[in-house]
Amino acid sequence: MVSRNTFAALGGFAMLLAALAACAPADETPTAAGSPSASANPCPSGALTTRTAGKLTIGTDNPAYEPWFSDNKPAGGKGFESAVAYQVAERLGYPAGNVTWTQVPFNNAIAPGPKTFDMDINQFSITDERKQAVDFSSPYYLVRQTVITVKGSPIAGATTIAALRKAKLGAQVGTTSYQAITDVIKPGTKPQVFNTNDDAKKALQNGTIDGLVVDLPTAFYMTAAELDGGRIVGQLPQVGVPERFGIVLDKDSPLTECVSKAVDQLRQDGTLAVLEKTWLAGTGGAPELQ
Amino acid sequence: MTTGGYRPSDVQRGRIAYRRRQTVRSVLVAALSTGVLGTLLVLAVTGSPGWDRVRTSFFDPRIARESFPAVLEGLWLNVRMLVVCAVVALALGLVIAVLRTLRGAVFFPVRALATSYTYVFRGVPLIIVIYLFAYGVPGLRLRATPGVLVLGGAALVVTYAGYLAEVFRAGIESVHPSQLAAARSLGLTYRQTMRHVVLPQAVRRVAPPLLNDVVALQKDVGLVSLAGPIDAVRAAQIATAENFNYTPYIVAAVLFVLLALPLIAVTDAVTLRAARRQNAGT
Repeated sequence: MVSRNTFAALGGFAMLLAALAACAPADETPTAAGSPSASANPCPSGALTTRTAGKLTIGTDNPAYEPWFSDNKPAGGKGFESAVAYQVAERLGYPAGNVTWTQVPFNNAIAPGPKTFDMDINQFSITDERKQAVDFSSPYYLVRQTVITVKGSPIAGATTIAALRKAKLGAQVGTTSYQAITDVIKPGTKPQVFNTNDDAKKALQNGTIDGLVVDLPTAFYMTAAELDGGRIVGQLPQVGVPERFGIVLDKDSPLTECVSKAVDQLRQDGTLAVLEKTWLAGTGGAPELQ
Repeated sequence: MTTGGYRPSDVQRGRIAYRRRQTVRSVLVAALSTGVLGTLLVLAVTGSPGWDRVRTSFFDPRIARESFPAVLEGLWLNVRMLVVCAVVALALGLVIAVLRTLRGAVFFPVRALATSYTYVFRGVPLIIVIYLFAYGVPGLRLRATPGVLVLGGAALVVTYAGYLAEVFRAGIESVHPSQLAAARSLGLTYRQTMRHVVLPQAVRRVAPPLLNDVVALQKDVGLVSLAGPIDAVRAAQIATAENFNYTPYIVAAVLFVLLALPLIAVTDAVTLRAARRQNAGT
């Protein structure tokens, strides 16, 4: 016969499971705290349904690269994306004092489940497939992918895309730079993929890759400040829909419309152009590859 | 002497009927308990409020189909590296274990080197060794620097040889000293003793933990993707970033398990056979 202890253990376990299934975690959709005023003003200044009332939580990754941020300190306000983030927050009614920054690795930004941020700004490119998993704000920057290399590399003097096909190219994992290699250049050898742009830079310096594909501002910064003998080979042509950066928000977030409106305002009154000139200066004049 | 068929007695027939009833009852109870547990688990998972989001994020069939070829191609790199690295690591581990078990005062430096090798390379994380080999060595700009795949493979071999050396050493030291004494009394030299008496027994004895380490190596081989090449997990990561969907990781996980199954089955068979041999039929 089955002993009493076994029955007790089994029964206890079944009850534990049932209890777990019953007391499910709190509902994901926030209670409609702001919806009575939705008809009046959908984006009340400084009073949006944020994670912490009265404060806007912005996320970005660590390390936060130049020229998008400065000195790996997003809260400093220096750097193009840091400046854009603070401007958007101001338009939404959150002065710099009410903005908190949080570190959000790439995977946490796109994972299902509650987010640890209200909005995430980290050079996310807007694509239709990604839109199924997260919300994007209006674009705040038009991206061009660029090939960079170092002096003495076999592709240092290349002027056409065909000349790049025999090269060993690299890009950071999970970026549209990698997709640009596979869709636009279509090289003969498989491209190399790196966890971070730091690893990719080291590989470029070591000569294990001949060229690296990054976005244009990063290309200018890397070749000017970070690589010895770095040089820009050229910009890649846009294929299909032009690539743009957007701010990432949780899927069906109540803030998406307000953030998009703020970004549109920045574009219309010329603030975005001023910020681009300040932080992304000298990003014109790179040759275009055919 | 009755040559007719054996006819069980009533008591025996009663026993057979009782055992059959008990078997049926056990099966029914097992089915019922499995059903209850399974239902509770399924309810617990699918009843959670976020289940739909998780299902589309992790188990999307369309994305699984799209990412399958890329992940499979990455897995092919894993398999090739596994075969090469396992063979070389086993050989290197055996050499180090033998060096470490050399007797005699004159061999002290050799023993010390082998010992410190196992200490260092079991202590250092594999990721750091891969970074040193794949990013540091090409930086030296030596003339015949091999490609990153070879360097990454060397990092794996060097680290795993440390673990395998200790497993081999355990096997060598577990061979009873009477075997060595018998070999000595037969006039075999040390080398002959190792080759014909000790190593065959030792290797057979530690075959199960060795195969276990090879199964572990199968996954660590993917870390070579830190240096640039695309393995199965990296291919899944690329596909995930394209769609902001985690299904490719599930695809990679399933393929890894399928790859490990033959290896694990062989491990279990070898372990069983070794146990049966050593315990003489217990």
